[in-house]
Amino acid sequence: METYSLLREFADSWMLLALFTFFVGMVLWVLFRPGSSKTYRDVANIPFRHEDKPAPERDAKEA
Amino acid sequence: MGNYIKLIVFGVIVLLALIAASYARDVAYMVNALEVALVAAVAFIWILRRTDEPVKKVDLSGEYMDGPIRIGVALTAFWGVVGFLVGVIIAFQLAFPQLNFEWAQGYLNFGRLRPLHTSAVIFAFGGTALITTSFYIVQRTSAARLWGGNLAWFVFWGYQLVILLAATGYLLGATHGKEYAEPEWYVDWWLTIVWVAYLLVFVGTIMKRKEPHIYVANWFLLSFIITVAMLHVVNNLAIPVSFFGSKSVQVFSGVQDAMTQWWYGHNAVGFFLTAGFLGMMYYFVPKQAERPVFSYKLSIIHFWALIFIYIWAGPHHLHYTALPDWASTLGMVFSVVLWMPSWGGMINGLMTLSGAWDKLRTDPVIRMMVISIGFYGMSTFEGPMMSIRAVNSLSHYTDWTIGHVHSGALGWNGMITFGALYFLVPKLWNRERLYSLSLVSWHFWLATIGIILYAAAMWVTGIMEGLMWREVDANGFLVNSFADTVAAKFPMYVVRGTGGLLFLTGAIIMCYNLWMTVKRSPAVEATNHMVPAE
Repeated sequence: METYSLLREFADSWMLLALFTFFVGMVLWVLFRPGSSKTYRDVANIPFRHEDKPAPERDAKEA
Repeated sequence: MGNYIKLIVFGVIVLLALIAASYARDVAYMVNALEVALVAAVAFIWILRRTDEPVKKVDLSGEYMDGPIRIGVALTAFWGVVGFLVGVIIAFQLAFPQLNFEWAQGYLNFGRLRPLHTSAVIFAFGGTALITTSFYIVQRTSAARLWGGNLAWFVFWGYQLVILLAATGYLLGATHGKEYAEPEWYVDWWLTIVWVAYLLVFVGTIMKRKEPHIYVANWFLLSFIITVAMLHVVNNLAIPVSFFGSKSVQVFSGVQDAMTQWWYGHNAVGFFLTAGFLGMMYYFVPKQAERPVFSYKLSIIHFWALIFIYIWAGPHHLHYTALPDWASTLGMVFSVVLWMPSWGGMINGLMTLSGAWDKLRTDPVIRMMVISIGFYGMSTFEGPMMSIRAVNSLSHYTDWTIGHVHSGALGWNGMITFGALYFLVPKLWNRERLYSLSLVSWHFWLATIGIILYAAAMWVTGIMEGLMWREVDANGFLVNSFADTVAAKFPMYVVRGTGGLLFLTGAIIMCYNLWMTVKRSPAVEATNHMVPAE
């Protein structure tokens, strides 16, 4: 089989299935993972945390 | 020691660029080589003046790297005005062909200025805005200083050099002849190097982030950087005719070349002008509204849906061509599907204001951001509609397309960038507030009315010429000649130019306002200078 037909065949079947599965899996993961709502409520506030300077180094925090 | 190596490198670059200029086979190449020599010479002197001088070791890890961002803000405003000005000029050149002056033929006529306008607005204004804001956003949301030290400066000035080389090259006739990919081979190679460095700085900063989660704006910005790298390399596969000339020959030909070009072209819209600017939206709109994004879950689904679907939409530019039917149908279907994630993103942006809608009355900056999201929604509805084959048979090759592009570019990209600039300038120069909010309102209304005049004029003229082109008499002969449609478009062309003029005026007011903010607005106590001795 020539390359074009082979790739075309593959793209129309397995690759399509793989991409679609990944996509649906992502949606389910984001929407229904236990604890996701809590996590996302927290990370949505990232822009409001370190406006002026970077977070201090971890060892500096402990010292 | 490092400085000596840099001096040698820049010295060699000056020498090689001058040799290249002397062997140049065309004017564009010679001028570009001289520009490279000049830039390298300036860099050489700049480093020379700092060599063997005592350096104070300062610990900068406790503050963000805002140097390139400040210059980037200024240059974004500058390139914006340049791009809009060239746009106004070519709009009036179309309305009044006498403005293609005889003495400037071959340099400043419509054909030479049009790619200058598109590239100035998309890559100089939009690109500088993206690099600048992405550096700002990635630091703030990663809680880390930019990775790579001076590499960020290299990215910044390297990109400006791309703009300079491309712009002068266009005027002198160096072009690939590919829409949005006009720069010739050596500019392409240089951009590739700069872009890889950009990717390194961005990913490096994300890698050393202090926040465990990568904020959604960074996902959009990262997809923009990676995809643009891929698009740029594949679409610019070309072999130079001579090492000392600007001409190169494309590797692809025929319909393959066309498909590659519009795969690139539409994803330049999808990833440069959409994903990148959505990264800006997901940071600056919550910041200005002072509340987190409406739904973080929706923003993640928005991201994946957008990048999964956009990449397939390109073939809708090639309806009724040699492209196989299945390919253009595929592009059309994906374009229509794209409507959903786009509107999901629009709703997410707009609803971020829920509970704070009163800010629309008091804060003209948030008004600017909201109208930009409105235009995003409008053009992402219009786009899928125009990609449908039947609609496209009317709209293609007409001014409707130009109207569509401008409601996206002026409305969405322009307005969100203006909003970001108004947000950034007081922050970066430690000012309490903007110099004048009423000037922001002036800018807002001038820009909005300008876009409406522009888009409405282009709808009317586009649909009119589409209908005129297809009108046949009882015997099946075409009724109108091409020149008839051109003559009929004149009033709309004047309205379009006027709209552009209003938009340009607004941008100039913005520059004045930002300048006065830096000069006159009261300062606030700086907070980001010292590493706390904890």
